[in-house]
Amino acid sequence: MCATVGVPQALLYYKYFPLWSTFLDGLGAEVVVSGATTKKMINTGTSLGENELCLPVKVFFGHLVDLKDKADALFVPRVVSVEKRAYTCPKFLGLPDLARSVDGSLPDILDPVFNRRLSRRKYYEAILDFGKTFTRSKVRIIRAWRAGLAAQKTYEGRLEAGLTPMEAMAGEAAAPSGGSLRIGIAGHPYNIYDPYTSLNLIKKLHQWDIDVVTTEMLPAKVLHKEAGRLPKRLFWSYEQEVVGSVFHWLNTKSVDGIIYVLSFACGPDSLVQALLESETRRKGGMPLMSLVVDEHSGEAGMITRVEAFVDMLRWRRQ
Amino acid sequence: MKITFPHMGKLEMVLTDVFDRSGLDYIVPPKTTIKTLQLGVRHAPEFACLPLKITIGNFVEALGAGADTLLMAGGIGPCRFGYYAEIQKCVLRDAGYKFDMVVLEPPPAGLKPFVDTLKVLAPGKSIYEIWRLIKVSFRKARILDELEKYTLKYRAYEATRGTTTKAYKQALETMRPAISEDEIEAARAEAFAILEAVEKDMGRSCVKMGIIGEFYVLLEPFVNFDIEEYLGHMGISLERAVYLTDWISPSKENQISGISNDEVARAAKPYLNHFVGGEGLPSVGHTVLFAKEGFDGVLHLFPFTCMPDIIAKSILPRISKDFDIPTLSLVIDEQTGKAGVLTRIEAFIDLLTSKKAYKERKSLETVGSVR
Repeated sequence: MCATVGVPQALLYYKYFPLWSTFLDGLGAEVVVSGATTKKMINTGTSLGENELCLPVKVFFGHLVDLKDKADALFVPRVVSVEKRAYTCPKFLGLPDLARSVDGSLPDILDPVFNRRLSRRKYYEAILDFGKTFTRSKVRIIRAWRAGLAAQKTYEGRLEAGLTPMEAMAGEAAAPSGGSLRIGIAGHPYNIYDPYTSLNLIKKLHQWDIDVVTTEMLPAKVLHKEAGRLPKRLFWSYEQEVVGSVFHWLNTKSVDGIIYVLSFACGPDSLVQALLESETRRKGGMPLMSLVVDEHSGEAGMITRVEAFVDMLRWRRQ
Repeated sequence: MKITFPHMGKLEMVLTDVFDRSGLDYIVPPKTTIKTLQLGVRHAPEFACLPLKITIGNFVEALGAGADTLLMAGGIGPCRFGYYAEIQKCVLRDAGYKFDMVVLEPPPAGLKPFVDTLKVLAPGKSIYEIWRLIKVSFRKARILDELEKYTLKYRAYEATRGTTTKAYKQALETMRPAISEDEIEAARAEAFAILEAVEKDMGRSCVKMGIIGEFYVLLEPFVNFDIEEYLGHMGISLERAVYLTDWISPSKENQISGISNDEVARAAKPYLNHFVGGEGLPSVGHTVLFAKEGFDGVLHLFPFTCMPDIIAKSILPRISKDFDIPTLSLVIDEQTGKAGVLTRIEAFIDLLTSKKAYKERKSLETVGSVR
């Protein structure tokens, strides 16, 4: 069927790209990834999207437009749920429909449904259905999916070893550790690792001789166990991971401070922020800073705040 | 135990009816005012949606009035509403308030906890008694919604401005004391008689407008600036997508709006092919259905940062284009001023009125040319 499939380098790209690209590759499609986020993309996304949408979705729109002339079809899966009794964010549930309403001149949108709330059989039926648009061979689809899962496992292993998604995908070595401070960064991968959205936060910290650990670098088991201490289980999987990582750092005191990155108007994060700040206050002894980013954030403002936070951490150490 | 609950339009009437039947001691929180909103904003997380802020304000005021137990609904996501109770508990405890909290989680989250919570709300009653109690009370609640639907539709036609609103209030008071099933049916007949007795001018040409959006903003007059009464007085006949009992009811058959959830999902399918929590899918589906039924326009209301309705808002322009139906989305938060909302709505009404007049002229011209 289609020769080239475009994958936007935004949102869940940072979580599942190895799975998706290997799967699409196995189906016989050529995978094209949009370029790194630029100011132009954010401007495009902001002007096309509803102004109430959160920054990451606007960035995503910018990437879709970037792929317009580079691909025959765009890969925008509907990731409804990644585990039983939980959802992702509502925006992910409606993402293909949002993409279609952005710009009528975009290529076809491929929207496989990933829904772990369904039975195992139905989950795989959806994958087979999607695969059929490329090949008639069921065996080939299953083989491609299995290869994808294997690639994903390797990728997640690398993240747990302390690599950032970009390092893990490019096969680079991790940034050298042994800095004078250790900061935990909690938040959604598409906010933390997108150099443009996060205003290069991780790189800045490295330059200041600070070690960085993120939510993705902790094993899923630990995240789940820690998040399980909430009185009511969170029904958003990705927020559960964020809560799990912050609770883990609060408990083990394995970092000097925590920076929680969230985007303006993020629905789930608006509530999670209250939970995290309350828990940190109750436990005491661990500085936590919430850093809210949006399309108007300037690097200077961010640096001022983070510098002040880092100074405070250094004083605490002395 | 003195139980209390947040305000949401007629919810107060429905819940006090249930508590009177179950014999529970309750306190109705003071009416939602600007002070409630300020109290809520002080305690609630900054970026949380407006309903959370106002319900927290309701709880603070009710605790001040002597309540010791808070009743709140739960949820299983993905809308934030399902986690409200946890956040309310968290911020109010941090603020130093002492209280118990009863959270009514929906049956899909577990049947046993659901039944157990019901037993707390109706102490000493058997399951059968509770079921009977809810059934009768729910029938009454349905009638309240029917009265409201009638009022929305016919207020625009009243001969003297204000008579419908007066009659509607009187009709609600007629319903309030009804306890037994016979009394409820008798009160229903009487209430409708009161509404029907209002003098109407049905020859009037009224713009027909559909109202969609997030249920709390739609149902709570304090939040939506009593927009429905205002529109009625401006001569707009209204139909709303969400009613209280349709929303509470576990059934897919929405008896008040008359459109089942499945129909709504089918209508929305070309535009939004999956539920997204909250009112996202209904907002899209009802807009399509309103357009097909020949409504003149659709008004969309939702709180700032509401995830499901932002998705709906992003999609509405496509429907508006395909069906040639004007839509207006208004985002409401604690900063929203009434004058700003009314100005935009007036402009929208002007647009709908002239569009309707244009259409009628056009159709007259085509009839003339055929002859």
